[in-house]
Amino acid sequence: MAIELKERPTPPAPRQITTKPRLSDQVFRTVVTIGGMASLVILGLIAIFLSIKGMHILVDEKFNFITESRWEVITDETGEVIEANFGIGAMLIGTMLSATIAILVGVPISVLSALYLTFYANGKLKKVLISVIDLMAAFPSLLFGFWGFFIFMSSAEYWAKLINKYLGFIPLFDVPTPIFERSPFIAGLVLAIMIIPIVTSISREIFDQTPLDRVQAAYALGATKLSMIKAVVIPYGRGGIIGGAMLGLGRAMGETVAVYTVLNVVYQVNWQVLFGAGGNVASLILLKFGEAGPYEVDALMAAGLILFLLTLIVNATADFLINRFGGKGR
Amino acid sequence: MTTSHVTPSSLSSVASARTVSQPGTALLGNGLETRGVHAWFGKKHVLSDVTLDFAAGTVTALIGPSGCGKSTFLRTLNRMHEFIPTAAMAGEVLLDGKDIYAPGIDVTKIRLRVGMVFQKPNPFPSMTIGQNVLSGLKLAQIKNSNTDDLLESCLTRAGLWNEVKDRLGEHGGALSGGQQQRLCIARSLAVEPQVLLMDEPCSALDPGSTFRIEETIADLAKTMTIVIVTHNMQQAARVSDYTAFFLSDGGPGEMIEAAPTSSIFSSPQNKRTEDYVTGRFG
Repeated sequence: MAIELKERPTPPAPRQITTKPRLSDQVFRTVVTIGGMASLVILGLIAIFLSIKGMHILVDEKFNFITESRWEVITDETGEVIEANFGIGAMLIGTMLSATIAILVGVPISVLSALYLTFYANGKLKKVLISVIDLMAAFPSLLFGFWGFFIFMSSAEYWAKLINKYLGFIPLFDVPTPIFERSPFIAGLVLAIMIIPIVTSISREIFDQTPLDRVQAAYALGATKLSMIKAVVIPYGRGGIIGGAMLGLGRAMGETVAVYTVLNVVYQVNWQVLFGAGGNVASLILLKFGEAGPYEVDALMAAGLILFLLTLIVNATADFLINRFGGKGR
Repeated sequence: MTTSHVTPSSLSSVASARTVSQPGTALLGNGLETRGVHAWFGKKHVLSDVTLDFAAGTVTALIGPSGCGKSTFLRTLNRMHEFIPTAAMAGEVLLDGKDIYAPGIDVTKIRLRVGMVFQKPNPFPSMTIGQNVLSGLKLAQIKNSNTDDLLESCLTRAGLWNEVKDRLGEHGGALSGGQQQRLCIARSLAVEPQVLLMDEPCSALDPGSTFRIEETIADLAKTMTIVIVTHNMQQAARVSDYTAFFLSDGGPGEMIEAAPTSSIFSSPQNKRTEDYVTGRFG
């Protein structure tokens, strides 16, 4: 006898679950949403403004704008533009070179000082150091530029000569003529000092949050302070360090006045970090803005747009890196 | 937790059923002694004058209500106490007869010999299961050429080998709470301590995991000295050879009574011990 299978009852359709928030919640939600959207809107408006002003230059110059290195405007007696050629290739290279040097030098110093502040300094010294570093963040960048130009340059020049003498066989450290002043190397070092406060603060904050139970677990296994930091603190803080470094990189790429003061603006692609030629996009804009006619201003806006996009790419990369490598130690 | 359903006679029968572990063949060290240990946090005196011996190869349970100083006392035994910034201590803790607080002592070496398992399982999340077990070697910069054997023996002794032998490359966070705690025990065994301190190792675990860890403790006691803080008096009765009762009457915590576990639960000498073990308070 066959067992007649009973038909399963059809499950009911899922209910619609709704929550009616209270008025106070709705109001607060609106306020918070406006706050959250404000930065997005402002940033978007700036991007649109730069695009509108600069787009026709980009259309005219096409890829030459980022590959070529020249900045020529020829006008007739009435001020009418006859011919113009714009290309910020050298400035983009200069931006990336000096920012990279800044990161390579600034981030290790920042991480070490954050480790010192979190795990070694105590009492008054710690408080004083933290306020000094925070003060550094608020220091006008022009003063960093002046200090870099008048005081720091001579020592940095000496280091550059040393590096060139002993490592000159590496193309990066070679120079075509012995001009070591106002090089990407020196600009990078000044930028390194400028990003130390932000990278230090962020690293310090994340090191401070290292779960105490893991720290204790390491010590209870006979760890020295150094091995505890390597096994527990660094894996935990890696994402934060990368995030801080990327914020520093953003600042280094966008820095204007300090770079303008210590770096020669030369329209020539220069990979040789010790050689006194370069310039970055922001300092180019500062240099040209004062005397530029309307057409040239549009070209500067286009340069701004490119810098904007570059920064955007860097931040997206940072996000990617944090998600990829930051999560493991948490 | 409530202990009101436990009668003293039932606890003492559990305790007497446990065979006192005899010093084994491969026993490590000569035990631990404390002489007049006091502890402070800032100006607050939290522990007063504890003199207690932990014979090699025995399990000693520290019991008492919250805030009686038993965990603080435990942390003075491997110098973890001093990690709290305002912490201070007085007295002596003797490991193989030598004061671990003496000047010139390398504190990391002390912690290698006196291991610790914490209340909350705390494996290193950035490391795999295998790396976690061997992390002590790396942290203390100990060379060991035969790490595979060490890995297996530590996990076996911690009662975890069979559950993880095929997934040693997974991250420690993927284990259940009870497995994580046994992983932490395995981790502390890898540096071959002679004393193992356990600070309420089962308080965050389910009964099944607790049972496994108690079995592990009984096994480990063959070769090492174990001191365990517990809130669970049945656990103290089940796993320990000796029990010390701590109590604070508002002032600093004191050790009221220490005796073989069976006699603490059957014939406590002090009225307050009796009140506590019979569940009249705490």
